[in-house]
Amino acid sequence: MSLISRGFKGRRDASGNKLPPGQYETRDFPVLSAGPTPQTPLSKWDFTLRGADGKSVRWTWDEFQALPRESITTDIHCVTKWSKFGTRWEGVPIDTLLAEAKKRGVTELPYAMAMSDGGYTTNVPVADLAGGKAWIAFIYDGKPLHPEHGGPARLLVPHLYFWKSAKWVRELRLMERDTPGFWEQLGYHIYGDPWREQRYSGDP
Amino acid sequence: MIQETARVKTLVLDVPGWPGHRAGEHVDVRLTAPDGYQAERSYSIASPPEDKRLALTIEQLEDGEVSSYLCGELRAGDVFELRGPIGGYFIWEISEGGPLFLVGGGSGIVPLMAMLRHRAVALRTPKQRRALPARLLYSSREWSEVIYRDELARLSAPDDALQVTHTITRKPPDGWSGFTRRIDRAMIEAVSWPPLQKPHIFICGPTPLVESAANACVELGHDPVLVKTERFGPTGN
Repeated sequence: MSLISRGFKGRRDASGNKLPPGQYETRDFPVLSAGPTPQTPLSKWDFTLRGADGKSVRWTWDEFQALPRESITTDIHCVTKWSKFGTRWEGVPIDTLLAEAKKRGVTELPYAMAMSDGGYTTNVPVADLAGGKAWIAFIYDGKPLHPEHGGPARLLVPHLYFWKSAKWVRELRLMERDTPGFWEQLGYHIYGDPWREQRYSGDP
Repeated sequence: MIQETARVKTLVLDVPGWPGHRAGEHVDVRLTAPDGYQAERSYSIASPPEDKRLALTIEQLEDGEVSSYLCGELRAGDVFELRGPIGGYFIWEISEGGPLFLVGGGSGIVPLMAMLRHRAVALRTPKQRRALPARLLYSSREWSEVIYRDELARLSAPDDALQVTHTITRKPPDGWSGFTRRIDRAMIEAVSWPPLQKPHIFICGPTPLVESAANACVELGHDPVLVKTERFGPTGN
């Protein structure tokens, strides 16, 4: 039972049931990050999918660009309360990367840590990265992803709060056990489902 | 309630069971209409951890669903729901040491003010303060929009280890001899500590200010790990 705020009427966006609890719609694209924006030239950029057994697969920028890509249109939800509807991205499905890793003998494991330039990390179950639910995205709204928004490439897991969609991502490290990443160690929820309003640790 | 500027108010709150906070953290405010409709927003804490009551400084945004209520409708004695403290990264305590370099724009001053108030309350002697010096670079559009203007002057006057530098970007007052441009690399270089002194840097404001200040700090040689940022404003523009 919530406390009624005397005199509060509220705006009530027409966005209706597209908004998870506690969110509001924004048409801008706010920027959130804990530190300076890393600058990595594409010639130095690579992406690694690393197993726990020392085996890994690495793609250079050019190799990564040659992988089959998908177009995604999706709503995104930030834990700071804004949601943005119908964002358009292009990227490589994580399924493609996992399939390639399996072919090269990397052992499948249930959890992954996304690791970024600048030291940011976030944990996601592999089941939430597979099955057409997540991508490494490098095009936003038809243009190369701007560094402020995580370019050259970021993880895109739009069904979880957007801090899980790690900016400047360079590696997915497979793990046997779920281990908290950067914000998860600082009191944010280990899983982060916006529809269950899992903002902070202790939320159901 | 304290009217800080034309569009900015501070709410001073009694929060039963408040577990305490660290300077730089924020809270979530949740409002509920009689029919159950709810809206939530985050606001930075302005008071230092030492204060018994919790202060939130809130800028009334045009069309701001929650800020309009908090700055316009709310009266002394009303109650609403709070959750927090939240944060854990953009925080500073005197035990972490200094020097401290703070860069703020507009209402981005709020969490930085909690840090300066914490420093002022926790360090009682000039000797202690000199051991933990602080500099603030604060960008406002107009002199009348400078939040905590008098308090900043009051804090820095007797404290030779606290330096407050304003830049007034749109309408500086008559006779103003300080900075009048947006925060840039040259200004950061002129005001900040040299990288060798390893200042703890906190930058809070609208995204363009945070981007340019954080990039400037890294270009000037500050370790990115010591540069912590928080972006303000619901739209990031």
